[in-house]
Amino acid sequence: MIEVKHLTKHYGNFVAIRDVSFKAERGSILGFLGPNGAGKTTTMRIITGFMPATSGTVLVDGLDIFSQSLEARRKIGYLPESPPLYVDMRVEAYLRFVAKLRGVPRAKLEDALDHALQVCGLKDMRTRICGQLSKGYRQRVGLAQALIHDPPVLVLDEPTIGLDPRQIHEIRGLIKTLSGDRTVVLSTHILPEVSQICDKVVIVADGQVVLEEKLSEIPAGTTLEQVFLEAISKEGHAGGAEAEETLEEVGAGHA
Amino acid sequence: MKNAFTIAGKELATYFVQPVAYVVMTVFMLLAGFFFFELLSYFQIVLQMYAAMQNPQVLEHMNLNQRVIEPLLHNMSIVLVILVPAVTMRSFAEEKRTGTYEFLLTAPVRTGEIVAGKFIAAAAFMLIMIGLAAIFPIILVVFGNPEAGVMVAGYLGLALLSLSFVAVGLFTSSVTQNQIIAAITCFGALLLLYVISWPAQTGSSGWVSDLLRYLSITDHFSQMVTGIIDTRDIVYFFSLIFVALFLTQRSVESARWR
Repeated sequence: MIEVKHLTKHYGNFVAIRDVSFKAERGSILGFLGPNGAGKTTTMRIITGFMPATSGTVLVDGLDIFSQSLEARRKIGYLPESPPLYVDMRVEAYLRFVAKLRGVPRAKLEDALDHALQVCGLKDMRTRICGQLSKGYRQRVGLAQALIHDPPVLVLDEPTIGLDPRQIHEIRGLIKTLSGDRTVVLSTHILPEVSQICDKVVIVADGQVVLEEKLSEIPAGTTLEQVFLEAISKEGHAGGAEAEETLEEVGAGHA
Repeated sequence: MKNAFTIAGKELATYFVQPVAYVVMTVFMLLAGFFFFELLSYFQIVLQMYAAMQNPQVLEHMNLNQRVIEPLLHNMSIVLVILVPAVTMRSFAEEKRTGTYEFLLTAPVRTGEIVAGKFIAAAAFMLIMIGLAAIFPIILVVFGNPEAGVMVAGYLGLALLSLSFVAVGLFTSSVTQNQIIAAITCFGALLLLYVISWPAQTGSSGWVSDLLRYLSITDHFSQMVTGIIDTRDIVYFFSLIFVALFLTQRSVESARWR
């Protein structure tokens, strides 16, 4: 479970996010949705303890990411915007390294490795060098490193970006099976992704949360596009023309 | 500490997978071999000259330690001023640029362990390289009659010097994401440490020149090269390593400061 409480982040004079609060329940998948530059990555970096917030805090399974950072970080599997691969390492050596640092006991290391390779479809790639993998496979290795230590909390920053349609389908299926009793937060700007796999949606625009709602509570007959556009325009963040543009962008995710 | 060794193992492996390790070691050994050969040939010529001049007093004062090993160690220390920045420049800067820094800082690892791991790897690399350069005194022992203790002290000095250089290099790499900036600032800092006592050598005395002499890496290194193992010099090297690593840890940790 992740509780995000009143996060604000300044980069110099620029306010990236302002008073962002939401809650991701255990056993559910939360879709973190917003146009480019809305503050998705900033929020995720703060949740995972990579950077501090200017104010506000995050509780990961009840642990404060700032004051109990080490314990909280132990619970998180994180896939950053670009997969954090050491380009000179072979896939299996890289995943072993990650597993050791994330505290997988030596006796369970090989099982964890096999399992991660299995679920991410990397069985045939284990001896390949990370730097020579295609974008799609890099993304899969990134996913494998996020879940190799079987974390109760998964934070995925645009997990399906750069994948081909078949891979997108597979990865979405994978994320769905992963949820179980985990807490999953994934950011995306692709609307159908949210309606397909998420239980809850949080929409951000211009660094502020404009909607937090369970998908089941969205009235029948209303599409997520309508909800999304309404949410980002009613706050006065996006005018008509801008909203059209955003719609086109999110619509591209359908293809 | 386990995490530090995990990181060290990975870092050390990377030095050898990227050809950095082989290139650096080859260049170092080629240059050191060249200096050794030159110093030894020169020593032999001078020896023959004095023998021809039938000057036994001078001949008695000629020895391999002073004429070959001492200048060799000084030359190697200068080569290290140039090579160490090339070895350490990528340690943090590359991680920041490729995004693996994001993994490292979100993993349940203390920043101290990250810094320690990277230091252990680079230090091990340097010690391997200096270990290879031990071939020169070994050759002298086999074919000549040098004083072993003085050489051991000199090589110990070179090892401490290289570890201090590595610590400075890690710090400059930790403050930037640009490897060239990391290398140039490290090179500048090392060269400054090398020559900082020059103003003190013009004969002026007082606390300023004492301070400059104390800060100078050369003054402490020269002591050890002449065979004197003084705790003051050892303390100097260890303090330099500690201060540089402490600053590195602060610099990495600062990413978490509000």
